[in-house]
Amino acid sequence: MTLVCQSLDVSIAGKNICRQLDLTLAPGQFWGLLGPNGIGKTTLLKCMAGLSAPDNGSILLEQQLMDKLPRRVIARLLGMLQQHTVYVFDASVLETALTGRHPHLGYWEREGAEDKQKAIDAIRVVDLEGFESRCVTSLSGGEARRLAFAALIVQEPTILLLDEPTNHLDMKHQLRIMNQVEQQVKHRQRAAITALHDVNLAARYCSHILMLSGEGQWQAGPADELLNLDNLEQLYQCPVESVMTSAGVRFYPSAGPETT
Amino acid sequence: MRRLLLFLLLLLSVGSIFFATAMGSTQMALDEWFNAIQDSGSRHGELIWRLRLPRAMAAWVVGSMLAMSGCLMQVLLRNPLADPYVLGVSGGAAFASLLGMVFGVAVNFIPWLALLGALVSILLVFGLARGTGPWSGTRLLLTGVVTASGWAALISLILSQSPDNSLRGMLFWLMGDLSYASLPLWSVLVLVASFLATLGLARSLNVLAMGESTARLLGEPTRQLLWLVYLLASVLTATAVSIAGSIGFVGLIVPHLMRLLVGSDHRILIPAATLFGGLFLVFSDTLARTLLSPRQLPVGVITALLGVPLFLLLLNRARLKGVQP
Repeated sequence: MTLVCQSLDVSIAGKNICRQLDLTLAPGQFWGLLGPNGIGKTTLLKCMAGLSAPDNGSILLEQQLMDKLPRRVIARLLGMLQQHTVYVFDASVLETALTGRHPHLGYWEREGAEDKQKAIDAIRVVDLEGFESRCVTSLSGGEARRLAFAALIVQEPTILLLDEPTNHLDMKHQLRIMNQVEQQVKHRQRAAITALHDVNLAARYCSHILMLSGEGQWQAGPADELLNLDNLEQLYQCPVESVMTSAGVRFYPSAGPETT
Repeated sequence: MRRLLLFLLLLLSVGSIFFATAMGSTQMALDEWFNAIQDSGSRHGELIWRLRLPRAMAAWVVGSMLAMSGCLMQVLLRNPLADPYVLGVSGGAAFASLLGMVFGVAVNFIPWLALLGALVSILLVFGLARGTGPWSGTRLLLTGVVTASGWAALISLILSQSPDNSLRGMLFWLMGDLSYASLPLWSVLVLVASFLATLGLARSLNVLAMGESTARLLGEPTRQLLWLVYLLASVLTATAVSIAGSIGFVGLIVPHLMRLLVGSDHRILIPAATLFGGLFLVFSDTLARTLLSPRQLPVGVITALLGVPLFLLLLNRARLKGVQP
């Protein structure tokens, strides 16, 4: 199962996000989407999810043009964790996780025991065990975020688009979510792309990197080729230092006079 | 557990209709009432079968329609404060009906005018508030409130220019009154068809309540779904208005109370709200008939008097819980 972007032009309000983007998300690949604030990472992900149309170019899902596929078919193959999770109505945590089964159920069909088990498992994965009957409007920002991720796991998409999945999360849960995505990619042959601000999370987890640097410019390739001081300094317009650790290279903004 | 609750609500609904036939300005003892039920030709029997029962049934149908419409609009706006009355949909229907009366349109066509008014109103609200930008519940709600004021002003204009002898009948549309209500067969069909359609959409509504893009990501063709929900909400409101005028707060209070009782899953919320909406309006109308008996109050006054404090209480509860109302 692959998602292919072919000479994709995306813009928002007259601002170019990417020009002629060619990208293939193949099974087993974990892409990191990097770029400064407001560069259009969310807009690009929304476009990949078929929520908004590109200016030009096409997106293929399983060799078929995505805009020709019914939403229901797309939803069984592709899922997205959106940047903001706001719950308005008082549904329970379990009910909300179960909404991930929606595209898989028939019109009058109800969730079965198997669906419920999937939801309960996903709730355990995001460390919300014991919260099943809690009301979603009473969750903290981080908890709501984890619940939204659980619903995505329950949806079982083969292509995962994640928009800053580690937002609002403490260290432990950041790793927990990223580990889970990595596991899905490696062991279940899924493809993922995640917008991130933490370069070191990208360095630790991602196999590939897509950098958006404004004016429609982009760079894509294996993470170890793209994640270097020059690229990062140019991308974020900020001096960066690298440190060699036992797990590989890690990057830190260096406190020069330029940053003030 | 939830099934038991629905069964209880059904039982209460039937009970409320019986209760309504026993209450009124003509007092009846239990045995008198029992005899009257069996003998529809007697004076009391005629009172029950020809006046009280049709009125109670009309109240039930109107109440359940308004409650269902409220549920639908709350999902559309992702806002638990939405209601056909608050959003001006009832106002649009009432205005179109009044205009029809002024120009002497045949009574049979009034419901169609009400539907037209409701549709125009809902299109106006959603068209103005939707625009090209992102879909915003707050903007939609504000637009609805302003539209409702606009309809109210137009209705006042018509009233001020109307001859005195038609004023009373017109006020009926404004306050919501079941005194002249009858229950045409088509309205029952509308109720049944809308109920089945809404129940069929229930799981989609659950998803839509989490936001339009979430619903799309979970496989809903939201454009079609939103239009279907608009249409259902309009038809229900228009039918209710054409029977009983614009009765407020039922669409607001009933879904709220039922959410507290059965939760937010529309597969249970829709039937619960439909049943409770019916019995709520039957009780309200019975109160309207008996409170100052033999004088009658418009039922809209009762629903507002019951609804406003209840609503404020709920709002306060939400605030205490730290929930966005």
